[in-house]
Amino acid sequence: MLVLAQEWVRWSWVADHTDEIRAALVEHVELSLVAVLAGLALSLPLGIAAVRWRRLRTPVLLAEGVFYAIPSLALIVMLGPWTGYLTRTTVVIPLIGYTLLILTRNVVTGLEAVPAEVLESATGMGYGRARRLFRVELPLAVPTIVAGIRIATVSTIALVTVGFVAGHGGLGQLIDQGLRAFVDYTPLTVGVVLSVALALVADALLLLAQRLLTPWIRAAR
Amino acid sequence: MGFLGDVVSWFTTSAHWHGLNGLPHRVGEHVVLSLVAIGITLAIALPIGIALGHRRRGGTLAAAVANTGRAVPSFALMVLALKIFGFGTTPIYIALVILAIPPMLVNAYVGISEVDTELRDAARGMGMTGWQVLRRVELPLGLPLVMAGIRTGAVQIVATATLAAFIGGGGLGRYIVDGRSVQDNVTVFAGALVVALLSVFTEVGLGAVQKAVTPRGREVALADAVAAH
Repeated sequence: MLVLAQEWVRWSWVADHTDEIRAALVEHVELSLVAVLAGLALSLPLGIAAVRWRRLRTPVLLAEGVFYAIPSLALIVMLGPWTGYLTRTTVVIPLIGYTLLILTRNVVTGLEAVPAEVLESATGMGYGRARRLFRVELPLAVPTIVAGIRIATVSTIALVTVGFVAGHGGLGQLIDQGLRAFVDYTPLTVGVVLSVALALVADALLLLAQRLLTPWIRAAR
Repeated sequence: MGFLGDVVSWFTTSAHWHGLNGLPHRVGEHVVLSLVAIGITLAIALPIGIALGHRRRGGTLAAAVANTGRAVPSFALMVLALKIFGFGTTPIYIALVILAIPPMLVNAYVGISEVDTELRDAARGMGMTGWQVLRRVELPLGLPLVMAGIRTGAVQIVATATLAAFIGGGGLGRYIVDGRSVQDNVTVFAGALVVALLSVFTEVGLGAVQKAVTPRGREVALADAVAAH
């Protein structure tokens, strides 16, 4: 009788597939980066508008909440007929959409937490609305906005893997390979370990960036 | 209207409404799978989150659970569960429960632990026991956030249950997996549409429940939006 021992890590597979692993990792980073940056580019104006015109706030967050509830897998395959079944665009559109709720909510929370006295002082010092927004309100909202970017980044990195259904899942491609393997699960192990590690490293880098961006918070402690 | 027309005719084809691969059966499978997973998760996450919140201990642990939960891809968890536990419903339930524990636990913890200390002290001063403080003060005041966590976790389970079909499970994901394998894009789209509607329905329905248990002016932001689909 042939007994197949399952293997979780076979280093020779890793050594033979370094190019493939590197390509998966690079695609994973690229997709995550594009999704979070595009999401931020949309969320900043959306959040600022929702604070300026309060009536926009509920509909914007509600629409983003409903979008957020759509399963990524379902959304990716539903985009297929229009953006192609095996394209990066099909993967990146849902990824951008899912960051919006987290990012917009944190932009709104951060801006609204700026004390009224601070706003009045800035106005009293002769700051116009736009200058007050960029020089006073946004800098004070940075910690909350970065907190949102961290959550969005970590969840996006995890979510990219679902892109395997469109052939562009970054490390998700390795996990998919592992799913179809019966003896050697090395691709699965490599995909999971690298994607979790990537999320943790990105989170640590963003925390560091926040400390560098807001030196006054540490000085006050 | 070519493709969308085909989708409409898919839904109006009587064969898609009957039998083991019919919509009622697949929706039923998806709902039962989700409800059981939600029930198990509630039974694990709520007692732990509430107990830790009541003692105001384990905040670091709760935060660590939330952060790790976010970093683990749901697809990876499904595949890992399959490889460890083999085919069947066990790996599906294990993956779904592990995914939904963080949002439910963390929000229960934050909801209870952030109840005003003065209110807790006042209740204590009135002679309430720890159990009474929990039941009459902390739970009613923490309920909106506890509910927000339940909603997030439940939506996550309904959404991720779609992936179960990739590891041999039933539910609405079957249309996506089976349709893909024969390049039947209309079936794939129809299945995805139904699962999207089911998730949005869960989100909106539980959102209404959350609103109903939230007193006016005490609307809460989710302590921790855990995003994993």
